[in-house]
Amino acid sequence: MNNKITIGIPRALLYYKYNVLWQSFFKELGIDTLISPETNYEILENGKKNTMSEACLSMKIYVGHVDYLKDKVDYILVPRIVSLEKGMKLCTNFSALYDILNNTFDINILNYNIDVDKGITEELAFIKMGQELGFGKILSLNAYKAAKKEEYKQNKINYLLQEKRLNRNKTKVLLVCHTYNSNDNLVGKLVTDNLKEFGVDVIYADIINPDGDRLLYKNISKALYWTYNQELLNSIEEYKDKVDGIIFLSTFPCGPDSLVNEMCSHKIDKKMITILIDELSTIEGLQTRLESFIDILRKDRFYE
Amino acid sequence: MNDKVISFPILADYNTPIKFMIEKMTNYEVRLSPKMTKNTLEIGSKYSPDYACLPFKYTLGNYIETLENGANVIMQAGGGCRFGYYFELQKQILSDLGYNFEFYSLTESDVNGISSIYKTLKNLNPNIKRVRYLYYLLLTFLMIYYMDKLDMYIRKNVGFEINKGSFDRVKKSMLTKFSKTRGFLDLIKTYYYYRKKFKNIALDKPKNCLKVGIVGELYTSMEPHSSYFIERELANMNVEVTRYTNVTFLLITKRFKEKYYLRKIKKYCKFTMGADAMDNVARAKILIKKGYDGIIHIKPFGCVPEIGAMKVLENLCDDEKIPIMFLTFDTNTSELGIKTRLEAFHDMLLMRRGNEK
Repeated sequence: MNNKITIGIPRALLYYKYNVLWQSFFKELGIDTLISPETNYEILENGKKNTMSEACLSMKIYVGHVDYLKDKVDYILVPRIVSLEKGMKLCTNFSALYDILNNTFDINILNYNIDVDKGITEELAFIKMGQELGFGKILSLNAYKAAKKEEYKQNKINYLLQEKRLNRNKTKVLLVCHTYNSNDNLVGKLVTDNLKEFGVDVIYADIINPDGDRLLYKNISKALYWTYNQELLNSIEEYKDKVDGIIFLSTFPCGPDSLVNEMCSHKIDKKMITILIDELSTIEGLQTRLESFIDILRKDRFYE
Repeated sequence: MNDKVISFPILADYNTPIKFMIEKMTNYEVRLSPKMTKNTLEIGSKYSPDYACLPFKYTLGNYIETLENGANVIMQAGGGCRFGYYFELQKQILSDLGYNFEFYSLTESDVNGISSIYKTLKNLNPNIKRVRYLYYLLLTFLMIYYMDKLDMYIRKNVGFEINKGSFDRVKKSMLTKFSKTRGFLDLIKTYYYYRKKFKNIALDKPKNCLKVGIVGELYTSMEPHSSYFIERELANMNVEVTRYTNVTFLLITKRFKEKYYLRKIKKYCKFTMGADAMDNVARAKILIKKGYDGIIHIKPFGCVPEIGAMKVLENLCDDEKIPIMFLTFDTNTSELGIKTRLEAFHDMLLMRRGNEK
């Protein structure tokens, strides 16, 4: 086996979707991983320095995390994902991630490439990555399968916890937001922390039931082909009758969100607010908006 | 509903072949939206989501204008990146505004483009035969191919014409002739006739004129309004302009050139970066190898793939020591600002030439 190496995982973008999968995959193979800390202003500042000014906030945060890791580890894990299902797509940022970082920093990148439209599934991608690290096919496949089981378990736990929260008798708000934003310290946490302070339960649209109905989104939008937005719409359909209001949260200028959130506002009859966070957002302005939104929801509850 | 009037969003001169195709295939009247103006964008952005990309706003403006004008069937091409999702949201926005119309996206019903267009058109004209459909489809493709070929020549030389406007005049008459095409033979004849005519236009072109390549997002590149006529502006400064993005490329050559392009820029890109990002990097490289003086990269605000490409382009141009300028077009972009930047870029290119000598 090769020398001991450390793989850096930036705590941004796909990390929040795949952290369990990645970490248990590398653990199975006996490789050390280092995860960058929660996003802070220093990381954001470094990210801003190293990206084009027009890139979206989530991207800037990601680059900041890579900047933090670059001298501390041997490889940095940067996946490239074009499509996860046939005919579906992800935001093009995810297909350009590898090349953008390669052109920004002088780093060793550990990369895997998923493009189901061209026949490269997640399984094949992980096996290939395992081989690149010097492990055999079967060893990699087994590690992948074990990791996938772990991931499923974690998703199910998250979902069941969310179900529990749904049954409590409190004001509930559905937060519609990509996973990588809703868990981020400088994006989603700003909103969720405030909401919790107001005594509101937050239901996350990005926590999905791994065994749930995956075609509910068709009620809102038939032609939608962005996988992550589909998952969010599925959750909206599932939860919309159980919550008091919906918050659409996205980073500036998120492409898919700009169109899909508008579509939702045309289709769904529910109290909602759209919040856009950019690198200059102030917390005070955000607090005021959230507070008045919650007041409206509470007033409704009171009169019912 | 009484008689159907079909319309589609404007895309520069491609109106002619598309109108020709739809007219021949459906036998309904095709009424184009009125000429694109500042107003188009204003109406469009009024009803669009704030940070949707610019083509969305332009096409929505187009639709509203054309619906006001009496059209009741709208067609849209659909396609990759975000374009494929436009139609559903635009349909929703327009019907919420109270318009009554049918909306077809040519590529929505099938994965395969050719059979998808056939199915869509079959809705409008149940009598259409496969043979007739294929015949006119090929005819239209050929027409577009010829147009693109001539456009390449025009862009290279329009800045150096002796009598101002002679290229425009010939092109206009060519388009009218194209719209009355009777068949393949007729089309080929027309093409050669006008090719000769274009080549006969008197030019005053120095051998070492400035050459600038334009790369960038497809709608902004192809629709001159959305780039504030950047090509014409450059031509007025006596610059030879080349741009590879055109409909022929999007429909046909893109898929064949992918591997070739990737090999060309192995050093910079390992994968395609979504939409046309990687192609643009490769084209910039080709233009530099051909000895162009500068590259201009254009995109509408919020175009994600092109933002990714910018970083790579920067590196490429740094290594090759070729100046590159990035222009972003938004609803509030001032025309004068663009002009100033273009002039500065032009002066800089001239000065570079002087230093080399």
